[in-house]
Amino acid sequence: MTAVAVVLMRDLFAVVMLTGIYSLLSASFFVVFDAVDVAFTEAAVGAGISTLLMLSTLTLTGRYAKESTQKPWLALAIVTVTGALLIYGTLDMPTIGSASAPIHQHVAPRYLNDSMQEIAVPNVVTSVLASYRGYDTLGESFVIFTAGIGVLALLMVLQRRRASDVDAHGPMHQHLILRIVAKILIPLILLFALYVQFHGDYGPGGGFQAGVIFAAAIILYSMLFGLSAARQTISQPLIFALSAVGVLLYGGVGVACMLLGGNYLDYDALAEDPVAGQHLGILLVELGVGITVASVMIIIFFTFNGRSLSERGRRR
Amino acid sequence: MNVLGLYNYWVVMVLMMLGFYIVISQGNLIKKIIGLSIFQASVFILYISMAKVAGGTAPILDESISTYSNPLPHVLILTAIVVGVATTALGLALVVRIRESYGTIEEDEIQAQDEEA
Repeated sequence: MTAVAVVLMRDLFAVVMLTGIYSLLSASFFVVFDAVDVAFTEAAVGAGISTLLMLSTLTLTGRYAKESTQKPWLALAIVTVTGALLIYGTLDMPTIGSASAPIHQHVAPRYLNDSMQEIAVPNVVTSVLASYRGYDTLGESFVIFTAGIGVLALLMVLQRRRASDVDAHGPMHQHLILRIVAKILIPLILLFALYVQFHGDYGPGGGFQAGVIFAAAIILYSMLFGLSAARQTISQPLIFALSAVGVLLYGGVGVACMLLGGNYLDYDALAEDPVAGQHLGILLVELGVGITVASVMIIIFFTFNGRSLSERGRRR
Repeated sequence: MNVLGLYNYWVVMVLMMLGFYIVISQGNLIKKIIGLSIFQASVFILYISMAKVAGGTAPILDESISTYSNPLPHVLILTAIVVGVATTALGLALVVRIRESYGTIEEDEIQAQDEEA
């Protein structure tokens, strides 16, 4: 598969492109294995955002990797032995698709059988994500938030000088067709992100995917019209605030549940009718996740590119 | 039949070992991070392939369907993918800073500079 080529190549640009393809392939694999929500996320994240991130890193660090000097035999031997052991270990595993595998025996039947009465959200992935395992998701949005802050702390450029004198227009400003097509596409992408956000109860989708798609639209805009134009449209303090607002919204829903007499993140307490409460809770929580994910992705992209702009300015 | 039904694990192991190999054998820090993300993707595939139930369908409830794949691994991996890209970004940010202070992202050159200092 493409992963093999990744090992062999030294042109990092080609490697990054191949990882994009690799992500897309795994996304289609996830569809085959019924994980539509996951495939959605992988396609948006792996083939879109992370490829872009890698590329913006390459503009900062240079394109070619050095020929490896050390002998790869030791590494190869370690890898072969570990791999052989792991494959030996799989011999006791249940075969693929077998319904009697231990993984299908414990909590999953309850989710599948009872979630319609308890939560009344057809997409079980959403109800498990936001309600049954709400704590996990809360933790994960905090991790994303923290990673965003970490990137900021490492790469933030103090904006003493306007970036506009370095790069008044985007790197692709001269491509008229791209600009016009993007102008038509960006509102549609944003609209689609909102659809994914609020339709997550019924079909594949939810806060994580919507956040990533939303961020992708903004990133597309900033690639074509320049970072400074994008920064004027969406002011940075606003995104910083929004990334915190998302996490706080999630946490706040939990606190609201407690104030209304339930446990933390027990949405039953949010309304008279437990099912309506669940709906409201899931909606708010997914919204919080979506806001955090979108703004953190935008922050990460802006800081990476702001860095490369200021680098270029320094070299001149 | 029994052994052939395990092929999903073998694909995962091969991918995982490829990622592992990149991480330990390559000196270039960006390639190391790419290796890590290949490793990570192999774990995703492991989870998702275990969630599959033969004859099942995507876990979106409908009255005409009786078998679904297991939704729990989907949830775990869904969030893990987004968390993964956030942590990858953090790693790349570190690489950028290393490049700025050392002027290189090759592991051996960084080590040589450290020994000189």
